[in-house]
Amino acid sequence: MTMLELYGRSFESRILLGTARYPSPDRLAEAVQASGTEIVTVSLRREAGGSHAGEKFWNLIKSLDVTVLPNTAGCYSAREAITTAKMARELFQTDWIKLEVIGDSESLHPDTAGLMEAARILNAEEFKVFPYTTEDLVVAEKLLHAGCEVLMPWGAPIGTARGLNNEYGLRALRSRFETTPVIVDAGIGLPSHAARAMELGSDAVLLNTAVARAEDPARMAEAFAEGIRAGRNAYLAGPMQPSDMPQTSTSLIDKADLRE
Amino acid sequence: MSEVAIIGAGVAGLTCACELIDRGIDISIHEQAERLGEGACSWFAGGMLAPYCERDTAEDEVMQRGLLAIRWWQEHVTEVTQKGSLVLALPRDRNELERLSRLGKQCRWIDQAETSEIEPHLADFSGLGLLFPDEAHLDPRKALQDLTNYLKKREVSIQFGQAVKLEDLDARIILDCRGYHSHDVLPGLRGVKGEMMILRTRDISLTRPVRLLHPRQPIYIVPRDDHQFMLGATLIENNERGRFSVRSMLDLLSSALLLSPSFGEAEIIEHGVDIRPAFDDNIPRLWRKDNVVFVNGLYRHGFLLGPDLAIQTADAVINPNQWEELPQCA
Repeated sequence: MTMLELYGRSFESRILLGTARYPSPDRLAEAVQASGTEIVTVSLRREAGGSHAGEKFWNLIKSLDVTVLPNTAGCYSAREAITTAKMARELFQTDWIKLEVIGDSESLHPDTAGLMEAARILNAEEFKVFPYTTEDLVVAEKLLHAGCEVLMPWGAPIGTARGLNNEYGLRALRSRFETTPVIVDAGIGLPSHAARAMELGSDAVLLNTAVARAEDPARMAEAFAEGIRAGRNAYLAGPMQPSDMPQTSTSLIDKADLRE
Repeated sequence: MSEVAIIGAGVAGLTCACELIDRGIDISIHEQAERLGEGACSWFAGGMLAPYCERDTAEDEVMQRGLLAIRWWQEHVTEVTQKGSLVLALPRDRNELERLSRLGKQCRWIDQAETSEIEPHLADFSGLGLLFPDEAHLDPRKALQDLTNYLKKREVSIQFGQAVKLEDLDARIILDCRGYHSHDVLPGLRGVKGEMMILRTRDISLTRPVRLLHPRQPIYIVPRDDHQFMLGATLIENNERGRFSVRSMLDLLSSALLLSPSFGEAEIIEHGVDIRPAFDDNIPRLWRKDNVVFVNGLYRHGFLLGPDLAIQTADAVINPNQWEELPQCA
């Protein structure tokens, strides 16, 4: 099977997992293992505190032996996101950053103008930016122009578990940017949502709450990994197209001959 | 020389002390701080004895082990209020209530009309609720004071302002109940920061703890004497003892206002920050090293799980088989 290529690095797994809201660090570690993920996201803002105050938690994340993708969750301006990205680079020794600039505190809708600005600046400073965006084609175009090599459109607003709100938009994004990795991020509630995102040709899915707040996070993580694998395979296998005309699936040759 | 020496007079140390004295074991208590509650994160606790509600963030084991807490506290302190817990959410967050009702089980749905019947000052909150009728709450500061009185009445020596070294204590068994202060000898321990506030207002009164479920800023408000309300608490993965952030305060207060605008004119009489001691599974347990038992990891459940952990501790002190079964730490 082809690998997921992100900024020159290859991954077998196509599930990315967030690390917030689990009942305990142990449950988080179990979910990471059960999902088979190779990339986890970590929110920096809240846990950072003073100098090295969150060290214990970082060490736990590091001990998971997966690639860490720090994010700028909870940042409301380009400037705030840039500061957080720089902190993350220092703390995790990585130039990868999932860039979130939130525009509205109620809906957590991304501020795409702030996002494009922050992306431009961070790319100039040689970050590898993973922008959390909508399915807007023009915004995507500008993010790529700013130097991003990955797109992370939402499925639905963060934490809503509503699945894919705009399949048409995600499909359009896929076909417009054929060679850019597309990771559907946010709003995923069920493995079937994730499978659907993969059937549409997305390259990977990022999720957090749907696993973390499940009654059994590890089992749900496994279910998502299976859904994502199924969706990916279906996409590669070339699905049949829906048809208005019913077609028999039994070969006519075997039909009993009832003629006199 | 006492049979068991206890280091630390927070909720872990004092519950262990009571449980041991109840079983006729001779004990002494050594506390580094000059005054009760100083340096103890239990001083900042909410004091909710809410095993079912806690299922929102805690695992089933926490609920099971917390079931005996209400009775234990009733037997040891003067005031435990058992009027249940009320959990509210905005209509758009109904999913959070659905989840909790499935996990917490011992509750029933109540509408706005019934909410205003049982908590008239929340009549204007247009949302849904769950009532957990069997739960209770206490004032943690009074409870800690009551436990020390309980012990003093039984002639237990509690020495404050006494920083002791393990090797200097002359006792058959030593209980290390120092919470996060033990992190240098208990490598599995981490700190989880919490921020809380105490508000005072005559504009509103509540008879039971009220929680607001919210995907981003869940809070609880526990009524206390003298028109005071404990508002808590953040849950942040770091071991910073101070620094109440603007964002945290804003989050806590805006959720409080969401419950009732009457908190708007309340006076902020205290804001506190401390860290909860936790193991990686957020479940408290005992560790043994030679004759020292570490009683730790109570996380955000000091008052809920303190009694259970104290009973386990006393069992291990008394019963040689259980003593041998205690996991050893390196």
